[in-house]
Amino acid sequence: MADPMRIRAQAAGSKINVRVLMSHEMESGQRKDVNGAPIPAWHIQEVSATHNGVEVLNAEWGPGVSKNPYLQFTVKNGKAGDKINVTWKDNKGESRTDEATVS
Amino acid sequence: MQTRREVLKRSGVVAALLLGAGLLPGAALAYQKNAFEAKSFEDAFKALGLPMPVESAEVMLTAPDIAENGAVVPMTMASSLSGVKKMLLLVEKNPSPLIAQFMVNAAVDIQYQTRAKMGESCDVYAVAVMADGKTFFARKEVKVTLGGCGG
Repeated sequence: MADPMRIRAQAAGSKINVRVLMSHEMESGQRKDVNGAPIPAWHIQEVSATHNGVEVLNAEWGPGVSKNPYLQFTVKNGKAGDKINVTWKDNKGESRTDEATVS
Repeated sequence: MQTRREVLKRSGVVAALLLGAGLLPGAALAYQKNAFEAKSFEDAFKALGLPMPVESAEVMLTAPDIAENGAVVPMTMASSLSGVKKMLLLVEKNPSPLIAQFMVNAAVDIQYQTRAKMGESCDVYAVAVMADGKTFFARKEVKVTLGGCGG
């Protein structure tokens, strides 16, 4: 099971600023190992987020996103105490969901 | 008289055709692998079924002038247009230029920041895809001192 995501969700006025740091190799498939054999692609393909259970973000990522991906987005209407959930799914079928409370 | 089996098979074929044409409402399209594996900017747009984009001041892209580490280049894309369906991020000279696509959601500002790998100095593009199929871009040249694609 991958390391947990670090999610910071902060209320700013009526908005919620969400910053996520995910833990993932994001292997592009371009690199080769010491023997010259290509290291297979292993990267997050889908990212989604919910605000109090309602989907607010849905994205598809390719191998070009950096290792240990960073993501920032802003929910238009929210307040402290709300819940933000972030989920990722990778090309091997693994996935992970983490939750944060808006501060 | 059509058997139940024949009716089911025929509707399955029709559904597959509609899904392929993107006409089924609310159907979650599968991960667009072809677009993420396209080897050029133009091929990515072909794979997405989109026209090549036109420049617009209402699409914004923030990225550094010089990226010291091509493995981790921060990029923020945004748009002030209304009717945007999704935002695309592309790095022109990467082995696979399409980096990400974000489906625009009314609950969230059209502004997304992430970090991408850049293999070499080149143009980075933020593209807004409109509900009517038109595409608009903002572009920024980013110089890379140490390429991040590990090639």
